[in-house]
Amino acid sequence: MIIDKIKKRSTIGEEPASSSHADIPVGKWVKCNKCGEIIYKDKLHENNSVCPLCNYHFRLSARRRVWQITDEDSFKPFEELQNIKTVNPLNMPEYIDKLTSLQEKTGMTEAVYCGIGKIKGEEAVICVMNANFFMGSMGSVVGERITYSIEKAIELKLPLIIFSASGGARMQEGIISLMQMAKTSSAVAKANEAGILYISILTDPTYGGVTASFATLGDVILAEPGAMIGFAGTRVIEQTINQKLPNGFQTAEFLLEHGFIDKIVERKDMKDTLYKLIKFNK
Amino acid sequence: MSGNLTAWEKVEIARSPNRPTALEYVDYIFDEFMELHGDRTSTDDKSMVCGLARIGEQNYTIVAEQKGRNTKENIERNFGMPNPESYKKGIRFMKQAEKFGRPIITFIDTKGAYPGITAEERGQGEAIARSMFEMSKLKTPIIVIVIGEGSSGGALAIGVGDKILMLENSVYSVLSPEGFASILWKDGSRKEEAAEKMKLTAEDLYGFKVIDEIIKEPIRWSRKNCFRKCWRKFKTKNYRNY
Ligand SMILES: [Zn+2]
Repeated sequence: MIIDKIKKRSTIGEEPASSSHADIPVGKWVKCNKCGEIIYKDKLHENNSVCPLCNYHFRLSARRRVWQITDEDSFKPFEELQNIKTVNPLNMPEYIDKLTSLQEKTGMTEAVYCGIGKIKGEEAVICVMNANFFMGSMGSVVGERITYSIEKAIELKLPLIIFSASGGARMQEGIISLMQMAKTSSAVAKANEAGILYISILTDPTYGGVTASFATLGDVILAEPGAMIGFAGTRVIEQTINQKLPNGFQTAEFLLEHGFIDKIVERKDMKDTLYKLIKFNK
Repeated sequence: MSGNLTAWEKVEIARSPNRPTALEYVDYIFDEFMELHGDRTSTDDKSMVCGLARIGEQNYTIVAEQKGRNTKENIERNFGMPNPESYKKGIRFMKQAEKFGRPIITFIDTKGAYPGITAEERGQGEAIARSMFEMSKLKTPIIVIVIGEGSSGGALAIGVGDKILMLENSVYSVLSPEGFASILWKDGSRKEEAAEKMKLTAEDLYGFKVIDEIIKEPIRWSRKNCFRKCWRKFKTKNYRNY
């Protein structure tokens, strides 16, 4: 489900273990994945992790994303979600090993970070997926966290904002991962019934079981420029139809043209756009 | 004044490329506007513009038929002739307006729904019917404004509302005068005569009680003046309290 091209792109802003705004410096320079420019890391971060030369939107860690869109110190993660653990349904010890090492490396407990924060004073339930944690794949814990957050939004009558970044369902949990698609979709249906505003933001990459569930069910669907978004990976499609895919296939721009997203929003405008959308729906 | 204009002259004014298009009215009327895109099925048809708007604290959903202001724009906007997908896009936004309790304002300005092979293949007729069907079920107020050409089912598709307004020099009819003349008299060139016969001016429609109100336009027609005069009334009438 995950395409090679997606795998190769680097994520900047490794997760610091604390929630301070400081990053652990891992080399001072970073190369732009699109134009190849070598950029001083601090400069890049100042520019919202967007290449100043070609506007390439680097992948963001969940924490950095939260800082970019919420008011300072306003974000409170759902602590009650921190200790939910996978039951490892396929009994794969190496899966648990990998999870543990990722948790140590990133300081995050899973591929989605959820809580309540303020956007220019407007409170919202916010979930941010982390592409650098298991490719943002959705297993039982991710599914549960998303569902819990949606239910919180209904309970508290708050807008719901989900940033997706995912390779799809997490293979290591088999059918249980697949079922998260139905579980999260039903939760969105309930939120819709309850009149909750749901803004879904598709970021690079959004694929597979996440595209095919909650990510595409928003009242408003936004995307970052150039983000790769699709159901099947490009390699799978090429092999199946035995054809080269057109340029720009499965980009955010491609999806806009085909009617699946409401608006492409540059990172620097994201906070403001979210704020406006909340106001428009009050 | 407008009384001195013939029906055909009004048709020409309504069609004038210098006349403001829906987006220009939207910009002028509302304090804020955010265009949103897509029918969530296959495309984003640019002959139909949809989005969210606000006057003061009141939010609205906008659904508007959009002509281009030049050839390039017209090609992009399909000359303001909606496809089945345009109406599907409109319905999507109107249903969302109902969910969030926003009034809907639609702007009609089209010479008709797009007549083409692909449009037929994808069910142009059904799309128009479905749009009226859905609009008539919506539990949120709908204000319809004919701003230019309101031609045939392509116009009426987004014309089912609680209040129907027409700009003084707009026209609204079962089809274009050319089409009318060609069907009835097998002679499209008798368009001026047809325009008279068809009773398509704002006054005519007000007389038929098909519309609720006429929005006056200035005598010396200029874009800016038109904006000012037409919309003062709209704003003071407190449609925002719907
Ligand atoms: Zn670059």
